[in-house]
Amino acid sequence: MIDTLLQGLLLGGLYCLFALGQSLMFGVMRLTNTAQGDFIVLGAFAAVASAGLVALHPALIGLALLPIAFAFGYALQRYVLNGTLGRDPLPSLVVTFGLAIVIQNGLQQLFSADPRSLATGALATESLNVGPLTAGVLPLVIFGVAVACTFALQWLFGRTRIGRAFRAVSDDREIAELMGLDARKVYALATGIAFITIAIAGVLQAMRTTVAPSDGPLLLLFAFEAVIIGGMGSFWGTFCGAMLLGVTQQIGFRIDPGWGIWIGHIVFLIVLVVRPQGLFPKTRG
Amino acid sequence: MSAISPSTTMPAVSHASSATEPIVVRATLLSQVTLGVAVVLVGVAASLPFWGESSWMREFVEIACYFIFAAMWNLLAGYGGMVSIGQQAFFGIGGYAMLGLSNFGGINPFVAISIAALAAGLIAVPVSQVAFRLSGGYFAIGSWVIAEVFRLGIANVSAVGGGSGTSLTALRGIDKATRESTTYWVALACVVACVALVYLFLRSKQGLALLAIRDNEVAAESQGIAVKKMKLAVYVVAAAGAGLAGALYFVGNLRISPDAAFSVNWSAFAIFMVVVGGIGRIEGPIVGALVFWALNKFFSDYGTWYLLGLGLLAIVVTLFFRQGLAGFVQQRWGWVAFPTQRTLKG
Repeated sequence: MIDTLLQGLLLGGLYCLFALGQSLMFGVMRLTNTAQGDFIVLGAFAAVASAGLVALHPALIGLALLPIAFAFGYALQRYVLNGTLGRDPLPSLVVTFGLAIVIQNGLQQLFSADPRSLATGALATESLNVGPLTAGVLPLVIFGVAVACTFALQWLFGRTRIGRAFRAVSDDREIAELMGLDARKVYALATGIAFITIAIAGVLQAMRTTVAPSDGPLLLLFAFEAVIIGGMGSFWGTFCGAMLLGVTQQIGFRIDPGWGIWIGHIVFLIVLVVRPQGLFPKTRG
Repeated sequence: MSAISPSTTMPAVSHASSATEPIVVRATLLSQVTLGVAVVLVGVAASLPFWGESSWMREFVEIACYFIFAAMWNLLAGYGGMVSIGQQAFFGIGGYAMLGLSNFGGINPFVAISIAALAAGLIAVPVSQVAFRLSGGYFAIGSWVIAEVFRLGIANVSAVGGGSGTSLTALRGIDKATRESTTYWVALACVVACVALVYLFLRSKQGLALLAIRDNEVAAESQGIAVKKMKLAVYVVAAAGAGLAGALYFVGNLRISPDAAFSVNWSAFAIFMVVVGGIGRIEGPIVGALVFWALNKFFSDYGTWYLLGLGLLAIVVTLFFRQGLAGFVQQRWGWVAFPTQRTLKG
């Protein structure tokens, strides 16, 4: 039982990384990125393709991808997504959903529908034993990265000039612009940072398991559930939401492999009915 | 809605008794022509089984299902303001309800179609209690989660074949020609009923209330419109329509599986059709379905490139051409085939 709990928490670490970008983008500009999962898969394939070209450790390839991911996210928000923002949710939903379909089919055309993964050498099999518990080193590393990213984003959001700009445009775009902020650039910066977490999530997903071009929607749903369970606008809330989702799924898988994801969805819906504002809403103050 | 130029309007319905009061105009010349053409077209279409090929009938049944599903998505998103990526939940429920009623209940599948539609509408009532906790973009993805719950749930029910699905055995005794033409006529009737009901609903007092809610929810509420009740009604009707499309589709297809019935592609294609045709207009899904049918006919062999193109087209239309084709025609020439607005004259 304790083993299931541990595995669930480690799985939650990965889900947290899926969700942080979604949480940031919704928090700053109320944008629902329906291509979140597909961008994670795109990041994973970018790493897989790079690993085929240069013989470097996957972690180094991942690091090299981060500035590219930032630039990609910045440009995407600046030149495409900013034009879809507004009271009506339809334009941003259709554009991101369209992007999701473009990414899925583009990747399938380039890489075929087969699942791929990043070879991590010994890291894939190494594990740590503490008493009766066994945990893989890689999942532990992923969990550590998730904690670090959550901490970094919460710090950025609450304690820095950039974070203040994020909160300002989030609270009232017009007033923030009167104070001299360029909301379009602030939004672009937020998406750029969100895409850094997306690239990290993609590379780690490819290292831990396999990725296929059609995986995106499922990753999106997990990310979305973690954000809603946690409560909007709080990164530690998202972290806890991801943990709850990971543990629930792991318990479900233990009971019956066919029902694991289903039980995760059900727990999400129960939280939605019982506590629609999420477990830890708006801790950013 | 933009006003129509006076030259194309004709007084049809008048509530005014004296000459000094303004006259409320509902119909346009084009709308009356459309009605006439539509009656002729439906008449010709109804006779198709006597002179057409069976492949045409199959094609029509398929595109009819896409169209009905898209028209219901348009009602929900374009008029009700509820953008959803989860309407495939009700499409699948309709399909499986029809199958269950026919295979296990011994009901004629063609009769079961309408019961399945009602069942989908009924299930939408409790589902709305969960889905309505979210709004905007999160409603869209939350609905998708709900659809996944149904897909994964059905995939674990061995009585209907689990994940690999099952066949509609109830139609086995009927010969192919009778089955195909009956399916065709039912599909045609469903399309006509669907367009007529949406049109009449939007022209009614309730339709006016719905348009008011779409334009400004708070203002509508302040005018005494029961916003919540209205949204629930639209959600239930759209679910029943999606269920109808699903039941019809699998009567034509004879085989059902959770992945086919609850595929997110249903919502993706509906969004494509409505956005390209023009959201929030009855003409939208009609034009969109025709465009989709043509693209599908000529380009579907290209597989992934074709789907990639559909995604790109939806993005481009949303960014640069937000009114869609029907909206463009209305703005450019003032043509409205299905006018829902009231224009004052005199």
